[in-house]
Amino acid sequence: MKKTFTIGIGGAAGQGVATPGDIFAKIFSRRGLHLNAYNAYQSIIRGGHTFLTIRTGPEKVTNMGDRLDLLIPLNQDAMNRHLGLLTDGSACIYNADTIKPGAAAEGVALCPLPVAKLADITRNKVAQNTLAVGAGLSMMGIGFPALEQVLNEQFKKKGDAVVSENVGIARAGFDYANANFKPFAWPLPMTENRYAVLSGNIAMAMGGAAAGVKFYCAYPMSPSTGVLHWMAGHARKAGIMVRQVEDEIGVVNMAIGAAHAGVRSMCATSGGGFALMSEGLGLSAMMETPVVVIDCQRAGPSTGVPTKTEQGDLWQMLGAAFGDYPRAIAAPLDIGDCFKIIPEIFNIADKFQCPGIVLCDLLLSEGRLSVDPKDLDFAPVVERGDLITAPGSNGDGAYKRYKITESGISPRAVPGVPGYTHTAASDEHDEDGVLISDEFTNPTKRRAMMEKRMRKVDGIAAAVPAPALSGPRDAQVTLIGWGSTKGVIEEACEILTEQGIPANQLQIRWLVPLHGDAILKILKDARHTIIVENNYSGQFARYLRSETSFVPSGYIRKYDGEPFMPHHIVEAVKEQLAGKSRLSIPAHEILV
Amino acid sequence: MATVLADTKHVAMTDFKGKVDPDWCPGCGDFGVLAAVQKALVDLQIPNHNVVTISGIGCSSNFPGFINTYGMHTLHGRALAVATGVKLANHDLTVLVTGGDGDGFGIGGNHFVHSMRRNVDLLYIVMDNQIYGLTTGQTSPTSRIGMKTKSMPFGNIEAPVNPISLALAAGATFVARGFSGEQKHLTELIKQGIRHKGFSFLDVFSPCVTYNHDNTYQWFRPRVKKLEDDPSYSPSDWMAAMGKSLLWDDEIPIGKFFERSDVPALHEAEPVLNAGPLLHATSRIPAEVARSFVEELM
Repeated sequence: MKKTFTIGIGGAAGQGVATPGDIFAKIFSRRGLHLNAYNAYQSIIRGGHTFLTIRTGPEKVTNMGDRLDLLIPLNQDAMNRHLGLLTDGSACIYNADTIKPGAAAEGVALCPLPVAKLADITRNKVAQNTLAVGAGLSMMGIGFPALEQVLNEQFKKKGDAVVSENVGIARAGFDYANANFKPFAWPLPMTENRYAVLSGNIAMAMGGAAAGVKFYCAYPMSPSTGVLHWMAGHARKAGIMVRQVEDEIGVVNMAIGAAHAGVRSMCATSGGGFALMSEGLGLSAMMETPVVVIDCQRAGPSTGVPTKTEQGDLWQMLGAAFGDYPRAIAAPLDIGDCFKIIPEIFNIADKFQCPGIVLCDLLLSEGRLSVDPKDLDFAPVVERGDLITAPGSNGDGAYKRYKITESGISPRAVPGVPGYTHTAASDEHDEDGVLISDEFTNPTKRRAMMEKRMRKVDGIAAAVPAPALSGPRDAQVTLIGWGSTKGVIEEACEILTEQGIPANQLQIRWLVPLHGDAILKILKDARHTIIVENNYSGQFARYLRSETSFVPSGYIRKYDGEPFMPHHIVEAVKEQLAGKSRLSIPAHEILV
Repeated sequence: MATVLADTKHVAMTDFKGKVDPDWCPGCGDFGVLAAVQKALVDLQIPNHNVVTISGIGCSSNFPGFINTYGMHTLHGRALAVATGVKLANHDLTVLVTGGDGDGFGIGGNHFVHSMRRNVDLLYIVMDNQIYGLTTGQTSPTSRIGMKTKSMPFGNIEAPVNPISLALAAGATFVARGFSGEQKHLTELIKQGIRHKGFSFLDVFSPCVTYNHDNTYQWFRPRVKKLEDDPSYSPSDWMAAMGKSLLWDDEIPIGKFFERSDVPALHEAEPVLNAGPLLHATSRIPAEVARSFVEELM
């Protein structure tokens, strides 16, 4: 097994859970360690319970893991909820003045900090947090200068006095731990690598900038708002027009307008906002104006659980807007992929003049991952497709915006070019853009236009690679997932294989086009197949069945709002191999 | 070269003749609006390829198909949102938005209000016939109280919206009303609306001869009074404009209610567009800027 170290920080919103998390993340990534962070939080600005999990190690860390090595409860509530989950070798650092520990398992080190003795708590309300960070780093075997540097950066805007106060408090925690607490058995290593740490939302926003997005607009909606924040903050440097719009209906239509005028245009929302955008998706398809819409899934239906993750929007994406039309739907596999997938889907949308949907979720959108800066490529391949931006030979009467072609793709002229005036219509139209929906209704023309548009489906399928199996071909179990579950399923496969149950994985990235034949070819040799997904009804399982008639041996589903942990999958697989169940619904033990 | 030729050639009425003739009912007020728009574009010598005519859905929203410019026939109520995107992506274009009262004040009411406060530089022409025509005669947001339609057979019990007052309150920087029975006057208002830098709202009485038997040409003609005929009226006075907007029944003002030129249009307010239209911007992020984005995360 890969060696990792996991910290859990719990407290009420407003108690400052984020800052220690940021400090740890920065220090780990600068030591050349990978990390994955997931924050389980409530839709509340002050109070409630927030639990941040940061897992680090020298190799890629793809999920939050099963085990906590260090717990930092910032209040009694966090102590009560999480201490019982600590196991042998782990430690809990807490404020001895205000928090009482409960019963801990054998081998768990309780590390009380006499906070009032170590810091002036009347001056610094988050002194306990800073002390705990100092103490924790000391126990991990990380030297103080790393922390001092990060605190310098963190507080330099507030002036030297604040910096030195915080450094002093951190130092007190560090020294106290040196003198009183036992270091962890595994001092955190150091490598030569350096990583960027980012959320999926930032990754998708930067991916958009890299893809040449010039217009971005949105209405705030958790968990997609981070895309808007990055875009707004970096718009002027990146040359992107960013607008906050009155509602998601306005958002998608404004994005389509900008796209129609010739620039790459993107927007992001969550399930509820996407529902409002649905009609606009049809407009994009009918006018053959490419637009990219990101859906950051949260638990639904309706307002649902705004701060919790789910993979429950698949059928909404498949059925968005009425009528048949070509579309592309891609689900990023991890936070690094959130970046890469944007230029890819823009190339598809531009080339085939259709909407592209990115099906992300809260786990990736708001989670954080260390990514090699080399993987954040700001010069990706950009293919705008058959786009006319300057006068040419086929203008002046000869131009037909919706010319019937073998590929279904018709050259697209943008407004402003002399000789190519035409109308793009949401009504059915002929090759010339003239409406045929009313008095000119003509079954032959209607059929020809439907077939023209739908011919693009074959082109899209050919432009997107089929999924591939990872792991040994002849495994005992094949786990099938899509999108954000890639990392956790991968780790479950490793654990299963280590425990004598060889497992492999088929992870789906492109949902449309699906490549059903290729999937069937892979699965026909599989011995025991289980579809793993974060929703109630098995949306992907139902979709796969509708496209291929494939029925797996079993299902693992979770719809409690929290993501899978590796052991959820491992235990469910064992239960199913033992014939106890075909459907497993693991319970999440860290309760928020 | 072709560009230069096209841009400098004389713009004529024939340039704007649509690929098909309008399929509006004979006598529909929308014919007059179409002719006035074509005349205004010729008078202003704007080449057809620099104009984008954008509509929603409804009788009057079929407009872009009947004029030869770049056109977009979008979704019901969404024309202003689409038009905002077009203008921000290429602010060199002249953007005209055309539609009806149901499209603009009913289903599109939200975008109507927000587009005005944003001061998007476009001319929004509403062919206001106080009825839903394409769906064969239902009450619209501007139908008067008591008006009997298929959807309110015992008479409308809801008060109509006042588009002029609403536009003034929402911050439109150009607010006018025309009448399709007053061609020259309407053409003049359209020209002023196109020239105005910012959101120009032009409500046009465009009678529906098929479904609205209350607000007919005959009903409007004796009532409409041109604001321009009153030498004491100043369209720079917002309070006076608001006062005039409340007049109805015996005297209904048409003309320019209000204009102010001291508010930057949306595309002028955002420095990202200072270098020119986004359409012409290079798509690559400069390497040093890209590097700074990544370094922030390290």
